[in-house]
Amino acid sequence: MSRIFVAGWGAVSPAGWNAAALCGALEGGTPLPLQPVDRPGWEKPLRARLVPNPAVRPGFLAHPRLRRTSLITHYAAAAALEAVAGRGATRDRKCRLGIVICLQSGCVNYSCRFFDEVLKDPSTASPLLFPETVYAAPASHVAALLENVTLACSLVGDPASFLQGAALAVQWLEENRVDACLVIGAEETNWILADALWHLDRPAIITGGAGALCLGRDPKLSAGVELAAITDPHTYSGGCSRRQAARAMRLQLGKSDPGELLCDGIAGGSRADAPELAAWRDWTGPRVSPKRILGEGMMAAAAWQCVAACHAVAGCRFTAANVSLVGSNQQALGARFVRADSSISHLSAGGSTGNIQP
Amino acid sequence: MLFPHSPSSAAPPRVVITGAGIITALGAGWKPNAEGFRAGRPAFRPVSLFDVSRQRAKFAAEVDLPDALPPTGLSGRQIARLDRAGGMLLRAACEAWQQAGWKPAGNLPLVLGTTAGGMSLGEDYFRQAVQTPRRHGRQATRAIHYQPQVQGRMVLDALGFTGPITIISNACASGGNAIGHAWDLIRCGQTECVLAGGYDALSQLVFAGFDALQTLTPTRCRPFDARRDGLALGEGAAIVALETLERARRRNASILGELIGYGTTIDQYHLTQPHPQGDAALSAMTLACESARVAPEDIDYVNAHGTGTLLNDGAEALAIRRWAGHRAATLPVSSTKAGIGHLLGGAGAVEAVVCLMALCGQWLPAQTAFEIPDPACNFPIVHQPRDARVNVALSNSFGFGGVNATLILRRWA
Repeated sequence: MSRIFVAGWGAVSPAGWNAAALCGALEGGTPLPLQPVDRPGWEKPLRARLVPNPAVRPGFLAHPRLRRTSLITHYAAAAALEAVAGRGATRDRKCRLGIVICLQSGCVNYSCRFFDEVLKDPSTASPLLFPETVYAAPASHVAALLENVTLACSLVGDPASFLQGAALAVQWLEENRVDACLVIGAEETNWILADALWHLDRPAIITGGAGALCLGRDPKLSAGVELAAITDPHTYSGGCSRRQAARAMRLQLGKSDPGELLCDGIAGGSRADAPELAAWRDWTGPRVSPKRILGEGMMAAAAWQCVAACHAVAGCRFTAANVSLVGSNQQALGARFVRADSSISHLSAGGSTGNIQP
Repeated sequence: MLFPHSPSSAAPPRVVITGAGIITALGAGWKPNAEGFRAGRPAFRPVSLFDVSRQRAKFAAEVDLPDALPPTGLSGRQIARLDRAGGMLLRAACEAWQQAGWKPAGNLPLVLGTTAGGMSLGEDYFRQAVQTPRRHGRQATRAIHYQPQVQGRMVLDALGFTGPITIISNACASGGNAIGHAWDLIRCGQTECVLAGGYDALSQLVFAGFDALQTLTPTRCRPFDARRDGLALGEGAAIVALETLERARRRNASILGELIGYGTTIDQYHLTQPHPQGDAALSAMTLACESARVAPEDIDYVNAHGTGTLLNDGAEALAIRRWAGHRAATLPVSSTKAGIGHLLGGAGAVEAVVCLMALCGQWLPAQTAFEIPDPACNFPIVHQPRDARVNVALSNSFGFGGVNATLILRRWA
């Protein structure tokens, strides 16, 4: 059985342009302030938590490929660079780096701008905007920025897909196709996403940003955290409700030991929380819920949960951290991160031994 | 568990295709498509799905969607919510499923490639939100159903199986990557069978986007022709049922062909332009051949990415020459995009099925829109229908953003 280490992590969120700001906001425990988002045809604005402008313009934005890119690429790039910054080996040109970028809404800003131009007059719609509308654009730009990327993939799905992305990274690592692999969850926001969320889940607050984990097999890359488990994807279907899928994920993660942390996806006050709350009803340990503080960041929020888990384990405040991702319309997955030097047992492959309590 | 999982000590299993479904502008199903691709029949017509009066290009390869869906497990309400892309995906999936003779099961992965998912629903959402912002009717449904994973769930519900859904969106390489990823999943022992493929429907945003880039041809799509002046868009879907040879034999299934190789690379040269020397394309073909354990001399046909743009075809031609060496002079190549247009996220999957058709029927897919060879192409373009011995076929897909995918298929005899 191979071991997968977390070499680093990074984040951009409404709390700021690094993981420390994210984790600081989570530790503060106070929901961040809201900003108005104007919606065409309405006097009353929608509400969102927007990523603040960086205090200093990031140097990477001077890269020619990032000149005209959308915010989602800026977020993904910043999180990726932070995730590989701690372990210089991953920036070495000899290191074969993979990138898996996970998105739910993707490049909505330029898509809306471009389609707005198309509806007004397609003959003058900007050719500069269109390429930035595709899901694959952020991965392409981040790969160009990092230079040593040899394999890349963009996955689309609900937020639980972030862990499918992590599993793809693990597969590439185990097959020795890459030496390290970034898994990035990124989203940007605008009025139409805020409008869509208003239609689907009125109390939820839309937000954007990115989170990234850098995974590797070499223990020397470890930042003190090891990926111990990713559950199966429990897909919603006619025969498996969201509640049942959440429960199955919870069972597969197994019984936890005292001193473990739960990083869940509870937003607070939303009907969508019910299945996840039910699945973790018996959890008595400490928990952190990034969406309560930061908002509904979709794939970025899933990544923030994992970043928060790694940060907590690396800081030795917890022996392990469980991540619960109960996606909006596809699946539920869970993951478990442990200290890299921990003797805590891994979950077994077959799901019937180890510390699984089905 | 996705991780950790028991490592497989056995050699990777052989992966065969036991079902294939396809829908393009040539028709719905294997038969009309095989006839059309064999003849090299173009299927373009003036765009009727949205207004193109203010655009340079006026035509595309539109699909005539059959009125009725095949019988499925979907409710009337679910069917009513299917958009055009979802309808094509479902038809292709049903055909592949029936041909494979698979039964409803648990833990059957579905891997799909798409660039746009339910884009037309997203466009409808935007139009209504901007033009009649106080109207909310159907907006919540559109916000959910434009997402490709929801279209994937429709396939599960329609065919009665469950399992993980993976949506790959590597632009025009998505379909090829989806099938390649499915091949990887089987070979590494994660599963014995996967339903995989790609789909995309024409949409106003995407059509206008390519038109704005001036990559759409105002004349005729002629890949590798010296006078080529752009690509033409199409729409469609293709799905294949992949399984281990052992499983196929166990169930006494009819085997259509074998997927023997896959290579994927990333071209960091530019967001929308390939490396002029075709470096990443060359690497994708080389990796695919290595995994298939074949040499260019063993390849009997190449279904090129061949979009018909100056830059793509020039770079791909160079890559094929560099990869094939002396073999290039006699290696039959064609681009079926000349007949059905560029299907974007569906292209790689549809073109893999075209290769499968050629392997099954022992003919070369003709590209009749070809007059004056580009001097950069020193390989023969299949520009007339003809029978041929085809044992191994290679299919290229290169995407915006630089992800490339190459698949290699072998005849099952």
